[in-house]
Amino acid sequence: MKYMLLIYGEEAIDAARSKAENEQRMGAYMAYTKAMHEAGILVDGNRLKPTSAGSTVRVASGKSKVLDGPYADTKEQLGGYYMIDVPDLDQAIAWAAKCPGASGGAVEVRPVWEM
Amino acid sequence: MPGGFRRRCRGASGLGDVAIAEARDGVKAQAAAEAAARRSYGKLVAFLAARTRDVAAAEDALADAFAAALAHWPEAGVPEKPEAWLLVAARRKLADAARRHRTAIASASHLRLVAEELNAVSEETPVSDERLRLMFACAHPAIDEGVRAPLILQAILGFDAQAIGSAFLVSPAAMGQRLVRAKSRIKEAGIPFRLPEASDLPERLEAVLDAVYAAFAEGWSDPAGTETRRRDLAEEAIWLGRLLVSLMPDEPEARGLLALMLYAEARRASRRSADGGYVPLAQQDPRRWDQAMIDEAEALLLEASRGGRTGRFQLEAAVQSAHVIRRKSGSADWAAIVALYEALQDLTGSPVVAINRAVAIAEIDGPTAGLAALDAIGDDARLATYQPYWAARAGLLGRTGAIAEADAAYERAIGLETDPAVRRFLQERREML
Repeated sequence: MKYMLLIYGEEAIDAARSKAENEQRMGAYMAYTKAMHEAGILVDGNRLKPTSAGSTVRVASGKSKVLDGPYADTKEQLGGYYMIDVPDLDQAIAWAAKCPGASGGAVEVRPVWEM
Repeated sequence: MPGGFRRRCRGASGLGDVAIAEARDGVKAQAAAEAAARRSYGKLVAFLAARTRDVAAAEDALADAFAAALAHWPEAGVPEKPEAWLLVAARRKLADAARRHRTAIASASHLRLVAEELNAVSEETPVSDERLRLMFACAHPAIDEGVRAPLILQAILGFDAQAIGSAFLVSPAAMGQRLVRAKSRIKEAGIPFRLPEASDLPERLEAVLDAVYAAFAEGWSDPAGTETRRRDLAEEAIWLGRLLVSLMPDEPEARGLLALMLYAEARRASRRSADGGYVPLAQQDPRRWDQAMIDEAEALLLEASRGGRTGRFQLEAAVQSAHVIRRKSGSADWAAIVALYEALQDLTGSPVVAINRAVAIAEIDGPTAGLAALDAIGDDARLATYQPYWAARAGLLGRTGAIAEADAAYERAIGLETDPAVRRFLQERREML
């Protein structure tokens, strides 16, 4: 089954990290991504730029309206994602727990609706 | 240790604005009521289910009785015979339920069976301790291995699916389903509530001990001690271990398991430095170990060895003993550790044991010898995603000077690690190459 791992964290904390902390975090993510790749379960994954770079579009009565910033103002923001293909939810949860973003932040595990 | 119990049986609510002293008495009374209820919980589930083989109906019949007890006992005091009180209360609740659900067909026959059972008891009925039989049913070979520990936690200790799921990193809904399925299997498949025949006993007992140890291991895997649920789980598993020793006093492996858990628990706090960094066993300060707990473990292991039958848990506990001897001699007994791991490997064939043996060999004969021992198991496919294998490999490669290979192995270990402190530790080691 395919699962989307959605990584949430506080952008303010990301921005406040020192260079050394950032490098350590990058290293952890690289190792994590590689582990998924070597386990043969990784479908896709990306880091997202901060919500300040985002735009939200709505179409109402045929008119599109664009807003600066994220869809929802929340304490924790979506910062990246992985798409993985594993046999069941338990394995998806086990991989989510290994994600560096799961310590300190949260990883939402959502099954993909396969068409 | 009322950890799990409170979660299932919602008892008396807040104390209101009483004076502080009274509140303190109230908290004490609440704790006493909980402790008494908790001691009775598994016994009553086991007592009822041993006859009907219906764990779910036994739990349902008792749930309201426990809520009533937790509301009533803190004020009125714990009754002289708490178990009889609870059984009588359960009978009353069940009679109410039967009246309300007269038309509900599905559960009617179970309810009747449990009701008959409850009607047969009075306040004079001695409640025999059937918990051991219940544990053997929960860890029966026909029950999926992964659900045995959760089932024991629920049936004996009253943990709910939410708490168990969270401790085992499984969604509460999935855990709830598995527990329901397993209980229905006990009933439908006719899994017996009895002690296994002597010929089956060693294997079946190992399944029970494994389940308790699995619960402990889940609790132990929260080194920072920040997740109360997980920490509780280790304490609950030790409680179950003590229960098993008391129920099977002549069984050396039960003592071995309890000793093993105590050795590990004694070192819980020393796995982290003051700033939260990971401290590997070899670098832990023995003065930070819980000496009383280690002494108890040593005594248990000695008693177990007099039983004349060794086994996996005694061997693993003996490995721990050879490690903690450092508190007296200044160094671990590596020769004993290698020999014990060899005995364990013959017994279990586990690749995890083989990794530990390789690391111990490196302590005596150097990293190249350790690596050779690791290479011997390197083609086991399970190791590809097993962090300790890569961490051990990385450490040994680093010591031989194979920097590039060590770097790659560290990267794999880092990518497979769940615990941020261990991840940081591995990253630091990698940078020091």
